[in-house]
Amino acid sequence: MAESTSVRKLITGRAIVVPGDDIDTDRIIPARYLRLITFEELGKYAFFDERFDDNGKPRKHPLNDPRFSGGSIMLVNRNFGCGSSREHAPQSLMRTGIQAFVGESFAEIFSGNCTALGLPAARVSHEDAVRLQSLVEADPALVISIDLESLTVSAGGRKVSFTMPDSDRKSLVAGTWDTTAMLLANREAIKAAAARIPYLNFGAASGGSRD
Amino acid sequence: MGKTLLDKVWDLHKVATLPSGQDQLFIGLHLVHEVTSPQAFQALVDRGLTVLFPQRTFATVDHIIPTDGQRRPFADELAEQMMRAIEKNARQHGILFFGNTDDQGIVHIIGPELGLTQPGMTIACGDSHTSTHGALGSLAFGVGTSQIRDILASQTLSLTRPKVRRIEVTGTLRPGVHAKDLIIRIIADLGVNGGIGYAYEYGGPAVAALPMEARLTMCNMSIEGGARAGYINPDSVTFEYLKGRRFVPAGKDYEKAVQFWKGMASDPDADYADTHTLDGSSLEPMVSWGINPGQAIGVSGKLPRVSEARPADQEALRKAYDHTGFTEGEPVQGLAVDVAFIGSCTNGRISDLREAARVVKGRKVSSRVKALVVPGSRAVLRQATEEGLPEIFRAAGFEWRDAGCSMCLAMNPDKLTGRQVCASSSNRNFIGRQGSPHGRTLLMSPAMAAAAAIAGEVVDARQMLPAGNGRS
Repeated sequence: MAESTSVRKLITGRAIVVPGDDIDTDRIIPARYLRLITFEELGKYAFFDERFDDNGKPRKHPLNDPRFSGGSIMLVNRNFGCGSSREHAPQSLMRTGIQAFVGESFAEIFSGNCTALGLPAARVSHEDAVRLQSLVEADPALVISIDLESLTVSAGGRKVSFTMPDSDRKSLVAGTWDTTAMLLANREAIKAAAARIPYLNFGAASGGSRD
Repeated sequence: MGKTLLDKVWDLHKVATLPSGQDQLFIGLHLVHEVTSPQAFQALVDRGLTVLFPQRTFATVDHIIPTDGQRRPFADELAEQMMRAIEKNARQHGILFFGNTDDQGIVHIIGPELGLTQPGMTIACGDSHTSTHGALGSLAFGVGTSQIRDILASQTLSLTRPKVRRIEVTGTLRPGVHAKDLIIRIIADLGVNGGIGYAYEYGGPAVAALPMEARLTMCNMSIEGGARAGYINPDSVTFEYLKGRRFVPAGKDYEKAVQFWKGMASDPDADYADTHTLDGSSLEPMVSWGINPGQAIGVSGKLPRVSEARPADQEALRKAYDHTGFTEGEPVQGLAVDVAFIGSCTNGRISDLREAARVVKGRKVSSRVKALVVPGSRAVLRQATEEGLPEIFRAAGFEWRDAGCSMCLAMNPDKLTGRQVCASSSNRNFIGRQGSPHGRTLLMSPAMAAAAAIAGEVVDARQMLPAGNGRS
């Protein structure tokens, strides 16, 4: 594993303000684009129905706003990413160039999906979220940085603290957010668990011993 | 202090503590559907890995399958490609695939139906409504595609133990008030983000009195309240429901299983992070009017005024009115509907179709309404056919469809168009959810959706039931 490229200690970049509470994953990536069997093309379809009208003409939306073009940090509000578990949501945003989120709160599955993709989701207070959003609205060229070691977001000489689940922070900082290899390293313990869990050993009817 | 079911299940399945501080948890049942799995199978192959426990992995097709004829190849090329991908992946990795069999159906319908879902299990699926399976006393939750990859490879996940909130429902649900109304009311009370970091344990007399299918409806929508998992402690209703189902141990093994299941229920002195109590007797049928499932009111109520809402909720209400075009303060009864949809993993079970049929029988769907009934599985379809339900629905003017997710989400041909308003027994009223960016979804019970189909507007379904006979 290329540890050095997976380490997420400091994310720096310009921001995109996507205001609003309870922005669900159906809005982030409409379900019809989930019929693709790879994630590769999804960047084009992020927030599609909010970015384009029925005739495909661009509407007013932060992702269409040239002032935010090239932004890599998405500033959001409460309960971002609620609803469907579709990883397509953070995948599509990642493929538009998003590398991190700063918001008031994140839906749990969405947040886990972000970590699994190496995208930090920093939680700030309502006041700080609104303040950061206005700073960027006033000066979209402003460079923001998210420091996962000191748990601070810096923007234009201001510094605010943020929180995130400590396990997420550790995995991102250590570059171990892709967990497959780590889980498989405990293969013997996995087998031991399977041997002791009663329902796995109830007999053929339970599907426990097909092999 | 005693332990909750969640604690017991967690401790039983814990494999290791990981360097991040999270626990590595064994996943006893991995359910797979066509939409969120192909990328995970590809990642597995790319890394030269195989499925570690194919015998604990089961697959079906539900989201993309058309419901007005399921002959292959599907007219939609992308859907056909997705179907071929899951067929190939299941074959290649030795996974039982129900998609081409009489057992096909929505993953959260067929898991319990086949007896795959059992108390005390950890269950994961790349689908947020996996919380459904908690109704049988399992710890069940939705995961993303990277986590599907992890489960395929290792049958385990890296997870943080959630807190447990006890939701105690006292009293008795009144006739004509259903589990759907109860869970929508809980979401409206606690908020769509109120459950973040929690598993919800539902209990109390009103929950204990619910039959299994109603419990499934309740747990299904836990995620709409932000709780990744919701569960009900296993009891005699659970054990009776499971007895004789295909994947449930039989004979002496069944007795052994029941003993295990009983032991997994929360202890009477279990320690909860917090408790929320609500009087089940006070409930009436619920209807969502906005753009998230928490924006819902009782059928006798009026749409809220933005100025009277809590400041933190006002922006969301404004956004909801912008989208719906409804009027603050107007009664929810009388809102005109264009479409009625009865089905989904929330309410596509046989008891749901029976409830709807009781309302529909001998009546006609309003001429302005397109109405459809979509069984949640082929088994539900067969049972309904045996009971003569398709005739009742068809005679009233409903379309009777094949099993699938249908109009719950816009991944198959069943979609709203334009500004249509849909009375829907599904789970989400998000903008665009039912396929039109301008469409509007009113969530309600199957009985209420059936009544709306007939009246052409939101009405109290209890008026359409024989007096004193409103309860299933």
